Amino acid sequence: MPSNKSVSDAPITQFINCRILRDNELQREDLWVREGRILDPEKLFFDEQGYADKRVDCGGSIIAPGFIDVQINGGYGIDFSQASEDVSDGVSFVAKKILEHGVTSFCPTLVTSPPEVYHKVLPQVKVHDGGPHGAGVLGFHLEGPFISAEKKGAHPEKYLRTFKSGGLEHLMEVYGSLDDVAIVTLAPELPGSQSVVRELSQRGITVSLGHSAADLSQAEEAVQQGASFITHLFNAMLPFHHRDPGIVGLLTSDRIPAGRVVYYGMIADGIHTNPAALRIAHRAHPSGLVLVTDAITAMGLPPGRHTLGQQVIEIQGLHAYVAGTKTLSGSIATMDMCVRHFKQVSGCSVQEALEAASLHPAQLLGISPKKGKLDYGSDADLVLLDEGLNVKATYISGEEETGPPVPLYMIDMSGF
Amino acid sequence: MKLIILNDYDQASEWAAKYIRNKILQFSPGPNKYFTLGLPTGSTPLGCYKKLIEYYKNGDLSFQYVKTFNMDEYVGLPRDHPESYHSFMWNNFFKHIDIKAENTHILDGNTADLQAECDSFEKKITAAGGIQLFVGGIGPDGHIAFNEPGSSLVSRTRVKTLAKDTIMANARFFDGDLSKVPTMALTVGVGTVMDAKEVMILITGAHKAFALYKAIEEGVNHMWTVSAFQQHPQTIFVCDEDATLELRVKTVKYFKGMMHVHNKLVESPPSEPKKN
Repeated sequence: MPSNKSVSDAPITQFINCRILRDNELQREDLWVREGRILDPEKLFFDEQGYADKRVDCGGSIIAPGFIDVQINGGYGIDFSQASEDVSDGVSFVAKKILEHGVTSFCPTLVTSPPEVYHKVLPQVKVHDGGPHGAGVLGFHLEGPFISAEKKGAHPEKYLRTFKSGGLEHLMEVYGSLDDVAIVTLAPELPGSQSVVRELSQRGITVSLGHSAADLSQAEEAVQQGASFITHLFNAMLPFHHRDPGIVGLLTSDRIPAGRVVYYGMIADGIHTNPAALRIAHRAHPSGLVLVTDAITAMGLPPGRHTLGQQVIEIQGLHAYVAGTKTLSGSIATMDMCVRHFKQVSGCSVQEALEAASLHPAQLLGISPKKGKLDYGSDADLVLLDEGLNVKATYISGEEETGPPVPLYMIDMSGF
Repeated sequence: MKLIILNDYDQASEWAAKYIRNKILQFSPGPNKYFTLGLPTGSTPLGCYKKLIEYYKNGDLSFQYVKTFNMDEYVGLPRDHPESYHSFMWNNFFKHIDIKAENTHILDGNTADLQAECDSFEKKITAAGGIQLFVGGIGPDGHIAFNEPGSSLVSRTRVKTLAKDTIMANARFFDGDLSKVPTMALTVGVGTVMDAKEVMILITGAHKAFALYKAIEEGVNHMWTVSAFQQHPQTIFVCDEDATLELRVKTVKYFKGMMHVHNKLVESPPSEPKKN
């Protein structure tokens, strides 16, 4: 189209020579953006007789909705669970760096911590849109402290809690505020959980089941009360058993209320889950799979010892252990690595791999189609990828925020 | 008339596209001299549109100084419905080329006063200096645009109720559900198309063969409205072998014998400095 001043004042950008993820498939279509949203070019043509001010040649790239990471504990030396004075600086720092991995929105995650930490950290970070400063914050993911001692994983035992009577009020005492909280992970077998699950869900907070020894019926009960997510499936829960599948059984449960979907987080870093297990989950319930990094402080840093929450962890290659043990303490893979790894081991299509990192988390949080889709009117948070699903550029609200990623400080990247 | 017979659909589409390309290039359109083109919709011209898009992408053709007037549009179908003719033109042609929106004209089937819309369309054609080349198709019932059997051969742009044949032919675009097909449309009249300097009719497929026979080997008859173009000084019919199945062998042989002459009309223009 001739490049000319368009009818409206806001500039219009047309991405050409690209394949876009739309309607569950890769389509050879141009993508139009105005005022930070995806624009309908047909309406622009007939209603406004307008056309593009700027054309971006994508060189055949794939354009997907920006990735959404709903479980990330920090990175590049920043630990979100540290009660420091400059939490918001730390969150901003990570928010800027993860743009390189194609992540345009995320939920900063806090592991089990004492109330002082929550009271200090939570008020410092509000839900806000992304931009040149970094990926957008969708709200905190509070992973704990209402979890099972038996399945605490790397969480510090002394700060675990049970529900006291008064349900939500007690939660408020522990957390301080729920205003900017998007997700709470809890163990549904803890007495008193039902009313908490219900009240949190009614407040619009996503309730996730994790770090739990619940059996399937306890898990189903929680879903009926409103729980809709499983925190890092397979990890920190009872293993699948054919007479009681536990939380894993939610993937194929027939007691999910009609019209509801149970989503499940998968850390597809090749370490937290055996590829065969990943495939079983994917095949059992493909539309619920949400890729998460569960990345920790050490992501992006060289090998050695680093702090996570109230504990010390050690990096060995691509593994991150609780120092002195073989307990996994979180992952250091990036979201784009997870997307590539997931595609490779599951044999799924490019479109499915991309949806697991964009559409599904958006649906989980109830923010689709504003996020997670490239529909007309959706936010123009985009990630441009090459054929191998490597990030070439990331856009927030239609503005380019980052070019090709800087290589991470890693030893062995083979397999990604 | 000229009857151009190609072997198959693809070749017919390409021939027609080259003809249009050459007409535009020879006209040398500019900011004060627009080339006006009448355009059809439907499955027949799709191949032709694809070729024109190719010529634009290769840099051989620009639509910057081309004005287009579509033949018709359904009444009451939302403009952004995937089967509206606005959607058809956008998806199959406009979005791929460098035409300006203000130079395209498609009847609006959703206005309050449909006849006023039709009158205004006629005025726009006149204001643009008339149509240089009107490209059209033919229905199985021999209609041009939505000028169904019985339409006046001197008709102008107006509202028409669609014939059963037409509704059935269109049902395939509406999931085969007859109840979803619009029953009325705005259409240019036979007279409107006759006013064009030149008319090109694309006809492909065996199911159009009988209509082609009626249009060119029988008399001028308002039951087969395409037959009106027997009285136009510059008509060209572009078809494939299948569309000639109902014609006399003599007619087909005569025009096939002329192909070496007619093919000169679609030769690539000599390369010259681009005048844009």
